[in-house]
Amino acid sequence: MSDPMQEIRASFFVECEELLEALFDALQNMSEEPENFDTINVAFRAVHSIKGGAGAFALDDLVAFAHQFETVMDMVRSSSLAADDALLATFFRCGDMLSDLVHMSRDGEEIDESLYHPLLQELSSHAGIGLEETTEEIADENFQPLALDLDLEFSVAESNPNIDEDFDFALADILGDENTSKEIAGASKSGLTIVFSPRSQLYDLGNEPLFVLRNVADLSLCDTKFGFEPGSSFDTALTDDSLTWTLKLSDTRDLNAALEAFEFVDGLCALSIQEDSDPETATDLELPLPKAPETAAAALDQTSGVECIDRAAETKSKPPAPSAQPAQKQTTQTATVRVDLNRIDRLVNLVGELVINQAMLSQSFNEANVPANSKIASGLDEFMQLTRDIQESVMMIRAQPVKSLFQRMSRIVREASAAVDKKVRLVTEGDTTEIDKTVIERLADPLTHMIRNSVDHGLETPEARIANGKSAEGIVRLSASHRSGRVVIEIADDGAGINREKVLSIATSKGLVPEDANLSDSEVENLLFLPGFSTATEVSNLSGRGVGMDVVKNAIAALGGRISIQSTPGQGTVISISLPLTLAVLDGMVISVESETLVVPLTAISETLTLQPGALERLGPGTSVISVRSEFVPLIDLGVELGYRQPKTNYDGAIALLIVQEDGSRSAMVVDGIEDQRQVVIKGLQDSYGNVPGVAAATILGDGQIALILDTSDLLTNASGRSREVITLEKAG
Amino acid sequence: MTQDQKTSTDAPTQEIELLSFYVGDHEYSVDIMSVREIRGWTKTTSLPHSPQYVQGVINLRGTVLPVVDLALRLGLSAKEPDERNVVVVVDLDSRTLGLRVDAVSDILSISTNALQDPPQMSADEEDSFVRALTIVDERMVRVLDLESVLPSMDEAAA
Repeated sequence: MSDPMQEIRASFFVECEELLEALFDALQNMSEEPENFDTINVAFRAVHSIKGGAGAFALDDLVAFAHQFETVMDMVRSSSLAADDALLATFFRCGDMLSDLVHMSRDGEEIDESLYHPLLQELSSHAGIGLEETTEEIADENFQPLALDLDLEFSVAESNPNIDEDFDFALADILGDENTSKEIAGASKSGLTIVFSPRSQLYDLGNEPLFVLRNVADLSLCDTKFGFEPGSSFDTALTDDSLTWTLKLSDTRDLNAALEAFEFVDGLCALSIQEDSDPETATDLELPLPKAPETAAAALDQTSGVECIDRAAETKSKPPAPSAQPAQKQTTQTATVRVDLNRIDRLVNLVGELVINQAMLSQSFNEANVPANSKIASGLDEFMQLTRDIQESVMMIRAQPVKSLFQRMSRIVREASAAVDKKVRLVTEGDTTEIDKTVIERLADPLTHMIRNSVDHGLETPEARIANGKSAEGIVRLSASHRSGRVVIEIADDGAGINREKVLSIATSKGLVPEDANLSDSEVENLLFLPGFSTATEVSNLSGRGVGMDVVKNAIAALGGRISIQSTPGQGTVISISLPLTLAVLDGMVISVESETLVVPLTAISETLTLQPGALERLGPGTSVISVRSEFVPLIDLGVELGYRQPKTNYDGAIALLIVQEDGSRSAMVVDGIEDQRQVVIKGLQDSYGNVPGVAAATILGDGQIALILDTSDLLTNASGRSREVITLEKAG
Repeated sequence: MTQDQKTSTDAPTQEIELLSFYVGDHEYSVDIMSVREIRGWTKTTSLPHSPQYVQGVINLRGTVLPVVDLALRLGLSAKEPDERNVVVVVDLDSRTLGLRVDAVSDILSISTNALQDPPQMSADEEDSFVRALTIVDERMVRVLDLESVLPSMDEAAA
């Protein structure tokens, strides 16, 4: 497809996102339970892996910054530096900077050194070391992007000193560590011993032992020996099949994986895999490495610069690299697979088909009048159950935990609180709550806005808080949970609450409400969502840039969500957002107009009614209202709006749906009949045809026919004009 | 280079295949490579506020397929759809569209040399839909210019 290096690079940046997430997780844990020593290791490894990968792609600024960051973390790790609050705050800001640098590198932006230099100095001042010292060290490490150091330690059999210089495969790099491994050579331990000796056919068929060994290197490899028969040279060893690798694995559970690694060269080599146990020497063997849980990580530390490339090069088929496992030991990380989003979307579509197909089957089943207790009936019931299960499971694949979103918000809180000089702590709850990926993406902006509002307007200044008997540190609570088939996200602060009098006076002065209006508390609070409303008397650079809560409300509404606000004076404000679980299916009411079948989203309908004779009052040509519980709402004939028919002269006994729009206005929409209420799978029209006014999308009904899904707000906003036009035409003609 | 030197008389002729069909009494054709499938007539769901020649949408194995009434599009007299009508599903660029025709008649294999440009003589609307003309068995066959037949996205939205 494209340049392989580009792909590797892309997957490096995807990996960076994960590593950054792990970094922030670890930093969060450190601030919550400073006594847990293991978390600094997780953070350190994350930064180190980013540095390693960045080195491979010659992203020098990223390397320089990550290196310094990592150096200071290493001092914390070795207990020569205490991780106090101030240092942690610096760490958090370094994390933010690191993620900025990663993103800038990804987008190929120029990075100016002055951007991160102040933070580096801050780090150094914490650590009490100079910058020069560390830059030298960077030069020393000098990453070599293509070195194939596989984290294997090879020792050449001592009997054979003559190593040919001209290895025709990349052994030269592998043999680099020769000396170090001699110390542990000969020690045996519990685990597996693999003796692998390729025959010459293996090379003839174009196989490469290196790739095989690389797969083994991902397992619990702890020792590797390499040699050939005494008396032969490397060249002859290649042909007389005496070249032998002896690999030791520390974990016997890797047996199957090892067999798999050698599967490709099956029959082309002499292979023996033995299980050996010798627990005492096993512990001896690990001596050269630091503390037991860190084995893999420490080994990784030496080589992760290369490790990143390695993983990237083989991304899809590879098992998770060792770095992830020791890091997450306590939190039991589950295995994950990275899948192209397009594939998932295709699956979602196919399941949509299945649902439609199943509906068609049940419909023809009903038409066939099969007795309800027959075998077919029970089979069909089971089929329906399965379809529903599959649909739910597939929707769950698209769902992602809100954690990544919440982590971004913690950064917003840090930056916002620094900008207005308030002490704010963000508490998150329900990180693992899952929502559709698209919803998460589109939720980021409104949520950022609301969090900023909470910090800027919601919370009082520290002085005011202390005067009110609260702690100086304000708390913003961000929580997510599932409630009756929807996801509820709440942003709560423990600030002063909404000043209702102020809100009302502003609304009155801006002419949003009449002066003598008598509004309830919640009505006053909802004024905040009106367009053109902003309570901040002085415009700070944080919020109040003209983008108000109405924009937030519209964004949420576009996701099919609802937003509400409650506040208790002196105790704080809670904004709750309720969202549908997915955007792919919708609850709708199936209606008919002039023998066309249409679907109206259930969320838009507040009630259905039958028009009583005399309920209709004509206002003027083409405009009529009906009285619903002593309130007048405009009447709209759907058939006329869609151009299916001319207005009727008499609407007595007609069925109408009472539609509530996002701004609270109501309209009655006349339809011919209500057929059903069901879940429908949304099919876009835009791709194949373009936008149709008043129509949001289409769906396929049980009989295989297409039904249009109405966009009620679009329909009603543009409504009156059109129906009037038709009527005037009719009068003229 | 060699391409430039070719003339219409001595160049090796290229064969193209055309799918021909009837719209009213007229025979039209499209390049067979742009035809995806031919379907029997099914009831369409009409789209509100669409141009008259857009018959509506049908369900093509789970995707929404707009169908154009070719007779109306070409300015011929409209006929009520009946069971014997056929929908020719064509691909153009990334879009897929159905053309409602009266009946599919033949697959013609003709050389590119036999194609003539339509005469540019009138401002007749139908002209712009025909890319080329050819004669097969004494009948004139029009080759449709699909791009101009498809409703543009803007037009559709209007």
